[in-house]
Amino acid sequence: MARTTSPGRLTCAGLGKRFGDHAAVTDLNLDLAAGQFLCLLGPSGCGKSTLLRLIAGFETPSSGTIRLDGRDITAEPPHRRPVNMMFQSYALFPHMSVAANIAYGLNRLGRAARGERVDELLRLVRLDGFGARRPDTLSGGQRQRVALARALARSPQVLLLDEPLGALDRALREETQGELRGLQRRLGTSFIVVTHDPAEAMALADRIGVMDRGRLVQIGDAATLYERPANRFVAGLLGDVNLIEGRVLARDAAGIATVETPCGPLLAAGQVEGACVIALRPERLTVSEDPGQASSSLTGQVLDTTYLGDRVRTQVRLADGRLWRVSAPAGSKTMPAGTDVHLSYRPEAAWSMPA
Amino acid sequence: MRALDRAALILGLGFLYAPILMLAVYSFNASALVTVWGGFSTRWYGVLLADGPLLDAARVSFLVALCAAAIATILGTLAALALDRSGFFAGRRAFTGLVYAPLVMPEVITGLSLLLLFVGLGLDRGILTIVIAHATLGLGFVAVIVGARLRGLDRSLEDAASDLGAGPARVFATVTLPLIAPSLAAGFLLAFTLSLDDLVIASFVSGPGATTLPMRLYSQVRLGVNPEINAASTLLVAAVTAIVLTASWLTGRNDPV
Amino acid sequence: MKRFLPVLPFLWLGAFVLLPVVITLKISLSAPATAQPPYLPVLDWSAGLEGWGSFLEALDFTNFETLAQDALYRDAALSSLTLAAIATAILALIGTPIAHAMARAPARMQPILLALVIVPFWTSFLIRIYAWIAILKPEGLLSAALMKLGLIARPLEILNTQGAVLIGLTYAYLPFMVLPLYAVLAKLDPRLTEAAADLGAGPVRAFWSVTLPLARPGLAAGALLCFVPMVGEFIIPDLLGGSDTLMLGRVLWSEFFSNRDWPLASAVAILVLVLVLGPLLFFREADRDGREASR
Repeated sequence: MARTTSPGRLTCAGLGKRFGDHAAVTDLNLDLAAGQFLCLLGPSGCGKSTLLRLIAGFETPSSGTIRLDGRDITAEPPHRRPVNMMFQSYALFPHMSVAANIAYGLNRLGRAARGERVDELLRLVRLDGFGARRPDTLSGGQRQRVALARALARSPQVLLLDEPLGALDRALREETQGELRGLQRRLGTSFIVVTHDPAEAMALADRIGVMDRGRLVQIGDAATLYERPANRFVAGLLGDVNLIEGRVLARDAAGIATVETPCGPLLAAGQVEGACVIALRPERLTVSEDPGQASSSLTGQVLDTTYLGDRVRTQVRLADGRLWRVSAPAGSKTMPAGTDVHLSYRPEAAWSMPA
Repeated sequence: MRALDRAALILGLGFLYAPILMLAVYSFNASALVTVWGGFSTRWYGVLLADGPLLDAARVSFLVALCAAAIATILGTLAALALDRSGFFAGRRAFTGLVYAPLVMPEVITGLSLLLLFVGLGLDRGILTIVIAHATLGLGFVAVIVGARLRGLDRSLEDAASDLGAGPARVFATVTLPLIAPSLAAGFLLAFTLSLDDLVIASFVSGPGATTLPMRLYSQVRLGVNPEINAASTLLVAAVTAIVLTASWLTGRNDPV
Repeated sequence: MKRFLPVLPFLWLGAFVLLPVVITLKISLSAPATAQPPYLPVLDWSAGLEGWGSFLEALDFTNFETLAQDALYRDAALSSLTLAAIATAILALIGTPIAHAMARAPARMQPILLALVIVPFWTSFLIRIYAWIAILKPEGLLSAALMKLGLIARPLEILNTQGAVLIGLTYAYLPFMVLPLYAVLAKLDPRLTEAAADLGAGPVRAFWSVTLPLARPGLAAGALLCFVPMVGEFIIPDLLGGSDTLMLGRVLWSEFFSNRDWPLASAVAILVLVLVLGPLLFFREADRDGREASR
């Protein structure tokens, strides 16, 4: 149904952007294969929106280059780039109808072809018959779809979406996530979505790029980021995590390191040498009263237990006083506060990162 | 595009300021000829300070402006409150039109029609009639400025005050008034400036013995360019600039409230 | 007291805005021969309906006949409207780039630029026009400068022409055009022009198709604030125009102050009012449409 675009390979090399003293984006390298769905994830002010605006051409980089299929587009003004953007506020032209908004980028097309393309796009976003309406008569979800159709009209090689679902309520957001994903698969266009919501990033993207203070700290699929985070920031961003500092003492043939920690030696996967931090997701820990056969365990005391519906969360105070959280499926055996317990895990589930 | 923006600003502001700056520069010209620079001198300011009729006119203007601005501020604020608080009432549009009318009405019409009214009422023309005319003109400006401030006011602040037991009068005095005070001051200053500046309306409604500064200046300006007028203009422009800067500082202040 | 206070400003406005206009209308309909008040007919309030009847009978349209027949007034009306329209067009052309540049200036610069435009707006009108006499007169600064540059051989004969009046109108009313335009443009979401650029529109198309249509309420307000007072302008044609520059404000002034013909002056005032009422209503509609479109 929809016209297929020729997706482009986007390459950012050494990209930097300064606003006065503030470095919004620093030495950023990104290689997005054609047809990929990338999410840029990070807290507000991390530079993800600036990166999007650099790719769209609204900002001129202070350093570095942006290439599309090998062609340097760094100096190209936004209106010449085969890249389109869906704005967070949608930026629909209030003085134009829905159809005129969608047709805005199609002025090179003949009248008939333009009309056809607009109808095709309206069908694509399931807004047939809304062409004559004004944007201010539409609901938030409808406006979002008009903005999407308008940005897709020129069949961009890369579509940039700035918090595309930010203004929608939760139920609509989940529904729209699926639609966006399906649309991207059908069209084969490269999508770059900026979001601050890790769940949304995981639900949408092939790859997630985590940004922190202007730098791209890690890029990979959701599982890699979750299981093998590059640092504490990534580990904490993607979900609840227990952390403990230590020093790598030795590493066995399978790559499992023995780490000296304030709570005794622990086993963990990873490639770090020397000082490190071990990350352990709460659901990878098991609480029990007896030490069991686990090769790696810690001891502590139950502080409290909280029933959360689908799971049970236990807070445990470790020997050195720190609090760790353990998450177990609902129905697991709960222990009263004050119980001395052992926390055990499979060594591959623990991940050592640079301190 | 950025270069075009800069060019537009430089040319636009240059156009606005060049004539005023020229007046100021030539007010310090020792020569009596306008285009001949005869060296720096404050001689014309001396002439100005010795010009009795001009100083009398300045006193009249100042008195008129003070009274007119005070009346305009009170009535303009009341008008703004009435339009902002009354919701929709019959004739609201007509009232709004009445408030805005003096802002756009050509001055000759305002002047002539007020004169005809004063003659019809048998009112002696003089300072009082000029004050009434200028207060009417200033009222609209005050209402616009205060109205803008009222629209930007967080109404929950007043609700909070009445929720805490304040009656309407106390709410107004302790919450509303302090919050709109800067716009009241700005409105007063602008009404004052308008009055100080008006030639046309004052010419119509004044009578013998009530010559305002612009009227006096006009009678001299008609005779041609005159360095004493340059000096008077420079002083007036400096005074007005100070007033406007104060007013814009007052309206700009506390805006995030 | 509480009920009376809100009514007070409207009583004032009724007495000093509405009533004077009604009286002007009435006097414009009295016989031109009576050059001194009281002007006939006098409405005898005590006579009730009967008084109204005789009042209406005695109304005299001679003044308006004079206005219609005498070429002086027709020319004055025509040239007032023409000059005001040309000046408004010039103002729109030069005011838009200035307001646009202000709105796109860095945020910390904008209050300064705004103050710079407001200061002349409040600075004495008379003085600002007076300054142009010194610039435009044959032995004035403009001629001297142009002759020094070798651009002209003889002094410019521009003072006391319609050209000088146009320069004066443009100069005096520039802030009235720039301020409402700036108010609208500054509130415009910069994302809208970015979206236009993103969709392939160059700066010119983005400006024409997005910025300008959305700035329409500001343009309408600016045009209104300039055109209406300009039609009745007195100081500028009087000081900068020649004896042949007829504008209604000036005609009204001379009818009143020189010829002492108050009824005819009133008729001219009513004519000005009627002439500006049309554009006033037209701009109001345009303004409302614009507001609705940009909502």
